[in-house]
Amino acid sequence: MSEKKRLVVIPSQYLGETSRFKPGHGAFIRDGKIYAERLGILHVNGSYMNVIPLKGRYSPIVNDFVIGIVIEPLQSSWMVDINAPYPALLHTEEVPWDIEFGETARFLNAGDAVMAKVLMVDEAKRIQITLNDRNLCKIRGGHLIDVEPSKVPRIIGKQGSMIALLKKYTRCRIFVGQNGRVWLDGPDHGIAQVVRVIRLIEDEALRFGLTNRVEELLKKEAKDVEYYEKR
Amino acid sequence: MKNDKKLINEEGRRLDGRRFDELRPIRIEAGVLHRADGSCYLEWGGNKIIAAVYGPREAIPKHTQNPLKAIVNARYNMAAFSVEDRKRPGPDRRSVEISKVISEALENVILTEQFPRTMINVNIEVLDAEAGTRCAGLTAAGVALADAGIPMVDIPVACAAGKINGQVVLDLGKEEDNYGDADLPVAIAPRTDEILLLQMDGHLTLDEFEQAFELAHKGCLYVSELQKKALLEKYASIAEEVS
Repeated sequence: MSEKKRLVVIPSQYLGETSRFKPGHGAFIRDGKIYAERLGILHVNGSYMNVIPLKGRYSPIVNDFVIGIVIEPLQSSWMVDINAPYPALLHTEEVPWDIEFGETARFLNAGDAVMAKVLMVDEAKRIQITLNDRNLCKIRGGHLIDVEPSKVPRIIGKQGSMIALLKKYTRCRIFVGQNGRVWLDGPDHGIAQVVRVIRLIEDEALRFGLTNRVEELLKKEAKDVEYYEKR
Repeated sequence: MKNDKKLINEEGRRLDGRRFDELRPIRIEAGVLHRADGSCYLEWGGNKIIAAVYGPREAIPKHTQNPLKAIVNARYNMAAFSVEDRKRPGPDRRSVEISKVISEALENVILTEQFPRTMINVNIEVLDAEAGTRCAGLTAAGVALADAGIPMVDIPVACAAGKINGQVVLDLGKEEDNYGDADLPVAIAPRTDEILLLQMDGHLTLDEFEQAFELAHKGCLYVSELQKKALLEKYASIAEEVS
């Protein structure tokens, strides 16, 4: 990542000519000119003008790992809230259990949380999710916190560097859903620490070299803990 | 409505000292509420307005869903304490009308096709009123929508012009609205100059109308710059302090 200023753009801001650029995500063309369609950060990738959103709802993409909360069990499926504008469908075929027709509520009930994968999104924005993948399950215990979905890549870090850091220093189990829900489990002070760090990442998501700063902070806090434990 | 109240003096100054083409002072702040997806606080002269945006989310009741696009529900509401005599709370004829025209103005800038079957709720709360609340409300709603990260082709902006003592002026104040001859609120999409809302109360000749519209249009463009500044201030400041 180059050390240059990130440019914040607002809807209807002029980005460039179609003769030189193409509109990517979050941009649109009118009369041969490219404009931003939403609030975000301009990211020029080759000839594509992309606007990476700063805020907004999670828009589901196939194969995303998400954390969902069951809204209601149906006869042979569940409606699950995955923080998108639409509820997602979890069919009994897509869970690792054998379920008789009409017995869905015995396995998952309203309010239960699941780690899931987005199986399908069609053009009418109907969403299906699945539990048939590695490490996907119903969530028992732990904490769920909500973050801005656009900040999830920063919480994970490059190739998971940030999340690896957090796990290493806090001894917590962490699962970050692409939809802006984070599941945590571990010792109480570890969870408090993770929540603190995640809030910091959210506030300063645009800062360069954030991973290093977070590492310093965690190291310092780890030393403090050692210091007090020795006493 | 004819009356003899003097609203503009010999030097061309109005009751609050403005010239015919001057706006009241405007202050806009984006992202003031935590629970809303997007929000804006706006002061326009004596008007104080909060706009909050929720969504896009699944439209309820279900029969209102449009399988092709999102529906935009703006709700304009005046607080009981926003006017001199207590206003009876709840929607009335006037606020239902304003909600409707604002919804339709916003619908035309939001890229509703991107979110079929959903609704976008825009709540406009008038905390303090001093003429021109629909323009101020629509302006605040535009900033709140951008703050919510909702894709739009333009940030809508509104401004009013009118006629007092036979002269066309920009942005009517309270007395000017009550005792003036005409009021002409205009909302535009500033990038394309498309008209999103145009209403008129009172009488204007064709010439006066054109003059008033020209004034209101210029006012809109000026307010639009303030909107953009408010948004960039809020978010560019994050980018700046960090990089």
